[in-house]
Amino acid sequence: MSEVKFSKEHEWITLEGDVATIGITKHATEMLGDIVFAELPEKGSNVEKDGTAGVVESTKAASDVFTPVSGEVVDTNQSIVDDPAKINEDPEGGAWFFKLKIKDTSELDTLMNKEEYDKFAKETSS
Amino acid sequence: MEIKKTSLNKLHQSNNAKFVEFAGYEMPIQYSKGIIEEHKFTRSNSGIFDVSHMGQLFIYGDESLTEELEKIFPLDLKNLKQNCSKYSFLMNEDAGIYDDLIITKIEEGYLIILNAACKDQDFEILSNLLGPKFKMNLDNNRSLIAIQGPKSVEILNSILNGVDQLNFMTGNWFDSDNQKLFVTRSGYTGEDGFEISISNDKAEKFVENLIEKGAQLIGLGARDTLRMEAGLCLYGHELDINKTPVEANLRWAISKSRLSNGGFIGSKKIMNQMQDGASQIRVGIKPEGRLIAREKTKIFDDTDKQIGEITSGTFGPSVNGPIAMGYVDKEFSKVDTKILLEVRGKKHPANVCALPFYKKNYVKGVN
Repeated sequence: MSEVKFSKEHEWITLEGDVATIGITKHATEMLGDIVFAELPEKGSNVEKDGTAGVVESTKAASDVFTPVSGEVVDTNQSIVDDPAKINEDPEGGAWFFKLKIKDTSELDTLMNKEEYDKFAKETSS
Repeated sequence: MEIKKTSLNKLHQSNNAKFVEFAGYEMPIQYSKGIIEEHKFTRSNSGIFDVSHMGQLFIYGDESLTEELEKIFPLDLKNLKQNCSKYSFLMNEDAGIYDDLIITKIEEGYLIILNAACKDQDFEILSNLLGPKFKMNLDNNRSLIAIQGPKSVEILNSILNGVDQLNFMTGNWFDSDNQKLFVTRSGYTGEDGFEISISNDKAEKFVENLIEKGAQLIGLGARDTLRMEAGLCLYGHELDINKTPVEANLRWAISKSRLSNGGFIGSKKIMNQMQDGASQIRVGIKPEGRLIAREKTKIFDDTDKQIGEITSGTFGPSVNGPIAMGYVDKEFSKVDTKILLEVRGKKHPANVCALPFYKKNYVKGVN
């Protein structure tokens, strides 16, 4: 599996072959608070880099989930729809959002590595 | 304008509060445990809320003050006993609501608790209506602390002996630390609890004492989910200048004895609406599934006609599902009416339901 990369919209992405797994970061869940609703893209649909590909809602507000790369949705994680609290518990593990068959791996080049993201998250949240 | 801080601001900070600006004040939205934990703690134990941003208006006067206030509020104040509280509204001539409030008869006059965002305007309106005859004090030297939840009575009574003898919607003065606190048995969560008016310089120590006894600080986020589950209105959402108490389904708050002769501001409209009904009315709404419909969500019938709008919506932690309140056309206001909510461009099914979403028994009378 590839190195985990991060977007400015607080999504993480890993790549295995041409299938990417995408979720939201721990930092994002800390900003959102208790997550009580998740909506995922439809399997078989196509999503475009930086476009919306889902929604999460906390007790406070709704936020879009963006996709950091383009591709076809090949799988979604129904368990986080059934129990959204899992997103707070394990955001960068079991609570992934969706898997994409990606077209262009070079789209990952613009994303941040862990060190860059941690710095970015720290700077933007203060 | 500089953001205002309550006398508990430092205490909020040391308890890792996340702050938001609310009505010009820096207020805690939540602490480290988060809204759901804080909500559940209040329902099972005892939560402390800093509501010092709210207005505490003392108006001093004799029977003539009662007469003047009856020209303003739809209440039977002449028969209101000392230390008893009533929920009411400050309205305009069209019965549009400037603010909703709690008024308590005290020895020297009345104490009115006002919403933070409305208090300065309320003061101006009431000053103009009452004239210079009565001394009015919108007291910035006092903090207001609410303690809510089943263990609150035991905790507060261990500090202020005798509060357990208060009936719901009554109050009294209590002595603590060489000063007088005014305590009412009331709240905004659907739980048994109290609101304590205390001078600013004593507030922090008083709250620290409550925390020592097992109560915990709760932020405005949980205050909002708690009041929504209890089906209670929040000014600026369920209530505003374009809504009347009858439309807001709050006719219970209008004293029956005042409806025959009127004589309060807005009485004509209220009496008409009481007779003919209002064209739109506030209802409880339960979306099907887990969907959350926030404020301003449009409500439709099955023919695609818009029939109303959501005024508050969230996830109810104790209900364990989404809840909302909103206004719908009269003919759609019956419990179990199927409606559709437009969220992110799609229409989702929901049902009109009875309020509150969550009900526990208040302590009504202990004596």
